[in-house]
Amino acid sequence: MALDRWIALIFVLLCLTYGYAAFFTMDHLLPPFMQRNPVWPSTFPKVLAALGVISGMVVLLGLEKPAPGAEKVPEINYRRLTEYKLGQALLLLGLMVAYALTLRPLGFLVSTFAFLTLAAGLLGERRFAVLLPVAAVATGVVWYLVQEVLGIFLSPLPRIL
Amino acid sequence: MLEGLLIGLSTAVMPMNLLLVVAGCLIGTFIGMLPGLGPMSIIAIMIPVAITIGDPTAALILLAGVYYGAIFGGSTSSILLNAPGVAGTVASSFDGYPMARAGQAGKALTVAAIASFAGGTIGVVLLMIFAPMLSSLALLFHSAEYFALMVVGLSAIAAFAGTGQVFKAVTMTLLGLIMATVGEGALFNMPRFTMGIMDLQSGFSFITLAMALFALPEAIFLVLKPREMGGDGEKSGRIGGLRITRAEARAITPVIGRQSVQGFFVGVLPGAGATIASFLGYAVERNIASKADQENFGHGSVKGLAAPETANNAACTGSFVPLLTLGIPGSGTTAILLGALIALNVSPGPRLMVDEPQIFWAVIISMYIGNVVLLILNLPLIPYIAKILTIPRNYLIPFILFFTMMGSYIGQNNATELLMLVGFGVVATILRFADYPLAPVLIGFILGRMMEDNFSRAMQLYDGFGFILARPMTLGLLIVALILLLLPSYRAQRARRRAKGVADGD
Repeated sequence: MALDRWIALIFVLLCLTYGYAAFFTMDHLLPPFMQRNPVWPSTFPKVLAALGVISGMVVLLGLEKPAPGAEKVPEINYRRLTEYKLGQALLLLGLMVAYALTLRPLGFLVSTFAFLTLAAGLLGERRFAVLLPVAAVATGVVWYLVQEVLGIFLSPLPRIL
Repeated sequence: MLEGLLIGLSTAVMPMNLLLVVAGCLIGTFIGMLPGLGPMSIIAIMIPVAITIGDPTAALILLAGVYYGAIFGGSTSSILLNAPGVAGTVASSFDGYPMARAGQAGKALTVAAIASFAGGTIGVVLLMIFAPMLSSLALLFHSAEYFALMVVGLSAIAAFAGTGQVFKAVTMTLLGLIMATVGEGALFNMPRFTMGIMDLQSGFSFITLAMALFALPEAIFLVLKPREMGGDGEKSGRIGGLRITRAEARAITPVIGRQSVQGFFVGVLPGAGATIASFLGYAVERNIASKADQENFGHGSVKGLAAPETANNAACTGSFVPLLTLGIPGSGTTAILLGALIALNVSPGPRLMVDEPQIFWAVIISMYIGNVVLLILNLPLIPYIAKILTIPRNYLIPFILFFTMMGSYIGQNNATELLMLVGFGVVATILRFADYPLAPVLIGFILGRMMEDNFSRAMQLYDGFGFILARPMTLGLLIVALILLLLPSYRAQRARRRAKGVADGD
């Protein structure tokens, strides 16, 4: 089964869960006076869940076929994903997660500087004499812009200081 | 209208707003050139800045400037490097790049700048004429019609996704609508589908979603598959003269005239937008050109460059019509603008022109100014701005990722937002692998709240689903939506049957 149909399957399951929540778990929480309303908080989700199952099934069962000659060549062939720089992409995503987790405890300046240098290093940058100053200046400038110009508080230093 | 124009003029020429137009156009051009960053990503990154400005007029002026700049910047990289930064400028590379290879890059950029300027300016004039008309018509609409209109808009966006793709697009739209129901709704003060997670109480943040759907997958694609950047050094360095001859000017004038109008109306249609307008413009001009001219298309024809350039800028302007008059975005980019406006407590729609004319007219005037800025500021600066294309990938990608994260972090000041960004970004990338269109998710998400409000109000007024039958216009619009969705499948099936018939006959 091709990836797009797997996704459709997941989407149908998502709609079923969503629909279950809308049909069976929401309405009894409603105070009695609201139950006289023609529209409940669950009404629109119920409609969406039903439509979602139908549309997901159309994709899942392959009922809609492209016109002859309309098939597109995808930008990236996911069946041969390992031939692309998958490792780099995954490591960068990991680095983003690490950034999210360290932003508060380490403060903006340290974590951003580390993120920029590590990410560039990961992509193959080896001229550290250029990279380190660029990352340091960029970190400082962005912090200044966000904190002073936009007036949004960004804690600059590690929490322990 | 004159009164409105004067209000708009007085607002738009305030030094701060003028500065914002110039800044927006420059930033847009700058970033629009980079491959992998389209107008949607750039505007999404700029939203926190716009929101911090606080004044909705100024914010919209800035974002509209960025939008224009991005389209213009995209043309520059299409022409110089054959590497369009934006889908709407792919058609510009058909003739622009051959011109650049022939050492006429300067001339190609001039043609592009003039065509963009004319397309944008004529588009604004048409916007001024049609927006008030549509808006006074829209004042007659009730919530039932609004709901139906949104259904039509969403269906049209799905229908334009291409044959064999319509239901994928519908699925994505529904995903966006479902995501919009998470959190506390406006009509009912109870949290829905939050699964007890506090961070979901106020729903998903639209900036995070916009970044995750567009900027992040594009960056991941850049990592996965390093594209040729920087071009062939000796060629891209040579810009050549900027002048065009009188004969060329005469050749492109009718093209510009036709394509401004056609591009504008394509842009007004929901789901069509700059990309379709530019391809359509190119195709139409090639078909109506003389035999000799036709041969030239694809080999550096000024007409072939002027057509898509005019059409995509006129379409950008056209896409503001449904946004400003109905409050319904027809494209991913205008959906992001709508999200920004809602965040600034402005609800675009037919009342906008009555209640806050200064916003409406100031945006229109700033579009004129933006076009002039693009023409006089960017053209001489292009050779220098083009240097940005030489930024090595090793620096570019970390910074794109960093700015995406900053955008979603400073909007909410919450590190959980970053984790959601990465999570949604991975999902969006997988969806792109499988060729699911992503813009419908965001449009559905942004329209979801409004759609449910209008739906609920109509249900309350008519005590149930009766509103569909009780209001003929609602029923009519819903039938149009259904036809829009089913027509592509029907036509594909007919084409397949015909193809099979030919094969059998052989």
